[in-house]
Amino acid sequence: MSFPWANHYEPKQPFMRWLDEKLPLPRLAYNAVGAGYPVPRNLNYFWNFGVLAGAALAIQIVTGIVLAMHYHSDAATAFSSINGTIMRDVNAGWFLRYAHANGASMFFIVVYIHIFRGLYYGSYKAPREMVWLLGVVIFLLMMATAFMGYVLPWGQMSFWGAQVITGFFSAIPGIGETIRVWLLGGYAPDDAALNRFFSLHYLLPFVIAAVIILHIWALHIPGSGNPTGVDVKGEQDTVPFHPYYTAKDGFGLGVFLLLFAALVFFFPDMLGHPDNYIAANPLQTPAHIVPEWYFWPFYAILRSFTSDFILPAKLWGVLAMFGSILLLFFLPWLDSSPIRSNNYRPKARTAFWVLVLDVLILGYCGGSPADPAYVIVAQVCSAYYFLHFLVILPWIARTERPVALPNSITEAVLAGKGGTSPAETALAH
Amino acid sequence: MVRWIAALVGLAFAGVLAIALVITVWGVASDSTPKIWTGAPKSAETEFHKHPRDAGLSSAGVFGKFDKQQLQRGFQVYKEVCSACHSLKYVAFRDLTGLGYSEGQVKAIAAGFDNIPSINPDTGEAATRKGVPADHFPLAFANDIAARAANNNAIPPDLSYMTRARHGGADYVYSLLTGYQDQPAALLKEFPEAKTPTGLHFNPYFANLNIAMPPPLKSEGQVQYSDGTKPTVDNMARDVAAFLVWTADPNLETRHQYGFMAVIFLLFSSLLAFGAYRNIWRDVKH
Repeated sequence: MSFPWANHYEPKQPFMRWLDEKLPLPRLAYNAVGAGYPVPRNLNYFWNFGVLAGAALAIQIVTGIVLAMHYHSDAATAFSSINGTIMRDVNAGWFLRYAHANGASMFFIVVYIHIFRGLYYGSYKAPREMVWLLGVVIFLLMMATAFMGYVLPWGQMSFWGAQVITGFFSAIPGIGETIRVWLLGGYAPDDAALNRFFSLHYLLPFVIAAVIILHIWALHIPGSGNPTGVDVKGEQDTVPFHPYYTAKDGFGLGVFLLLFAALVFFFPDMLGHPDNYIAANPLQTPAHIVPEWYFWPFYAILRSFTSDFILPAKLWGVLAMFGSILLLFFLPWLDSSPIRSNNYRPKARTAFWVLVLDVLILGYCGGSPADPAYVIVAQVCSAYYFLHFLVILPWIARTERPVALPNSITEAVLAGKGGTSPAETALAH
Repeated sequence: MVRWIAALVGLAFAGVLAIALVITVWGVASDSTPKIWTGAPKSAETEFHKHPRDAGLSSAGVFGKFDKQQLQRGFQVYKEVCSACHSLKYVAFRDLTGLGYSEGQVKAIAAGFDNIPSINPDTGEAATRKGVPADHFPLAFANDIAARAANNNAIPPDLSYMTRARHGGADYVYSLLTGYQDQPAALLKEFPEAKTPTGLHFNPYFANLNIAMPPPLKSEGQVQYSDGTKPTVDNMARDVAAFLVWTADPNLETRHQYGFMAVIFLLFSSLLAFGAYRNIWRDVKH
């Protein structure tokens, strides 16, 4: 679907006309990410992050395929194939490895901003529920891929991370331990686990790419949202994706690559853990087992459940950790307010900022040792996390009085308020 | 309906967390010596562990470069002192050109190692031979059991990645090597049970304060430098730390060089992209 005023693909060269009759791939690209896709004119920089996430996935796939050419998925040689061969003997192997490891972090940074953009501007609401649902699926697939990828170097954190994460399954009453052993192919992570993780780590990115195609397809049916949350009313409200947003995304991509390069070339270990430069040793547990930074908020939620209550504490923790992501599937129906953008929802906006702070604190606690002070703070923040999505937001949606909306995107743009960012709104109040 | 179920689920999680919170707070409050930031009670480790001192190496920072003279001195310390117990298995002799040695010098260094495991071509029995540049540094012990047997049940770790496998990196290595001392009287007074056991050595930079490794650098002149640098314990420790930065990160200089090229290129192209963006949008208010 598209707006009636969308540009139409008209191939001029004979070859392109011939191709369009047989396989209209250029037409598809033209309508999807070319001049044939009308986009609201008022998108701010937060709308760059979808394209950036796609770029991050592409970087991961390209670097990953080359790394896989040199990597051994064998518990005896995995560590040395990376730290001996790739880092030292493969031409630019160190670059590929750092780019892939830090690329995962960049992918998560970009996707977290993309998700919070969606939360602030109500991108999950009708008519874009399916875009949101597919996005949550992508996020889950990313987490699985990242976890399995982190196991592959077979360092101390790889091994013990795998041990802890697969241990979640043993929290299932009765059959948990059986499931864990079945998933690992043994009683502890070893060759069988390493090989299946490598196989799946290679497969899942392509599944992610496929779901991204569905995500974009679902997005193109209603068209992109915008910072006002007001529907597109006419041609004056939109510009063609190309060249307007391809140019803007080009600039965004430059800034993204700049930060990425700074990490890869100057701080390649900043987001990693020193223990992963020690080869896996099943007989020696590291002092503090911590996952990668992008899992810290969820790890904090897991560790907050310290007391048995009807169910064992561990099961509560695992349920809550998975629940904290699965609840996002219900968000479009939990927040029943018809107003999309938080720019016009004073109470929801306050709750949003509390949530941002809450998740940052959870992340900090998740990366720290499980000392009582961090556990107490994490318990309070975990409780807020669930209350925010499951109680507070649905309640606000029913009781809040929104600020008057602009009549159209163009009206908002002409008033200088078309692309108001969360920070601008926060500062104005 | 969805909202009612959701609210119940949310309240259930929050309720269980509230119970857990009360129990955690109660646990801290009823502890006779509460130490809220480190769950563990006060101990010699929590009170006397020290953070590494700055080794002041030229390789630190984004402009970092190796001091090749220092790397060669550090290599000498490794070869003459550390290599008795510690392997360097990910480093090959051919890599030593990175320290500024010529190919001929590398050949000579490799040939100086006559304990490279090999197989006798006539009998098929295990044998040893002289090293060639393609060989890696030989292991210090045949296997972990031999290493344990010779070292009071502790395995001397491989040093290839030592400066990246510990918090504090090179500063940690330098501090540890220069940090051996007698146990402070204050420590023994406060924690008499924490007296360093026989066979271990007190070192405040080591995680649990008692390290199995005896002080490896004991006296000035233990290694004879040929470049006129005074072989004090401090200098030897700093030099070997610098060498281990190189073994753990031999591409550091290339990485920094490429980094500057990449950043300059990307700054320039981002500026161009920004110009293109503003130019294309010049007539569209947004």
